[in-house]
Amino acid sequence: MSDGLAQFSRGARMSVPVVVASAPFAVLFGALAVDNGFTVAEATLMSATIFGGASQLVGIELFGQHVAPWLVVLSIFAVNFRHVLYSAAIGPHIAHWPWLQQAVAYFFLTDPQYAEAERIREQGRKIGFAWYMGMALTLYVCWVVESGLGALFGKLIPNPHALGLDFLLPIYFLGIVMSFRNRPRWLPIVIASAAASMIAYKTVGSPWHVSLGALAGVLLAAALPVRESKPVEASA
Amino acid sequence: MSTTVWIILAGAVATYLTRVGGHLVLSRFQRLHPRVEAGLNAVPAAVLTTLVAPATLTAGPSELAALAVAAIVALRGGMMTMFLAGAATLIVLRHFIG
Repeated sequence: MSDGLAQFSRGARMSVPVVVASAPFAVLFGALAVDNGFTVAEATLMSATIFGGASQLVGIELFGQHVAPWLVVLSIFAVNFRHVLYSAAIGPHIAHWPWLQQAVAYFFLTDPQYAEAERIREQGRKIGFAWYMGMALTLYVCWVVESGLGALFGKLIPNPHALGLDFLLPIYFLGIVMSFRNRPRWLPIVIASAAASMIAYKTVGSPWHVSLGALAGVLLAAALPVRESKPVEASA
Repeated sequence: MSTTVWIILAGAVATYLTRVGGHLVLSRFQRLHPRVEAGLNAVPAAVLTTLVAPATLTAGPSELAALAVAAIVALRGGMMTMFLAGAATLIVLRHFIG
């Protein structure tokens, strides 16, 4: 049990940069949600049940524009569609957990959660439920509470721009992209996804640039000649 | 319940389906084709890149410099060092050049 507790707090500690980076977005989301006609309770409910920053921001944006409800839901689905790929990638590595733990874990499968789980796997270690939930619950509680606070007090932040609040997440995501740089075909994949997402952003528009950009990188990786995984520098 | 609450709950169900769906669909296959595996292996870098690259389209010099500093620091330092270096660059430059 104490080992589980140690793993849990290790997960909680790993969430700190993400908590710092996502806090402004939680507050921003809360403030904008109320601005777009949500109540404080509805804003908090959205954070508590969807738990996906980008999709929530897109959702309230469209809600504020009074588009049809089904279109709002479809856009949330489109922004979050990338999780299908995370789910497929991480699934085999947690398939030995009891099914209820898996069902719970998938609810918390956010971008940073997936990224850190991948890094653990890359270091050759196992993904444990206690570690996973330590990170997930810390992120979740902070996200929900901060959204609620943002909805309550959002208009009181004096100058979010000077604090760089709006640009912290791209910096954080760039760091994660860089941490994968030793993977096979990293550079061509990143270039393909970057180019495709920027073109899609300019043409089709948000939120489709995420799915289309990712698809470009994944298809490129699948299309390139399959490289045999040979023991590296065995003779050296 | 209000329309808003229905939108939120439907969005939540849709989101959960994306998070559990990839595994449920792929776990039906016994053995993955090497190309599928190569594609899955590319997922993290591919997806996360799309959350960064379009942000550079609307970025000014301060934001681009912050990303550049973060990328360089990431070659040596850990996640937190990289993040703090990028954020500090952003705040300082925005203070001086906007």
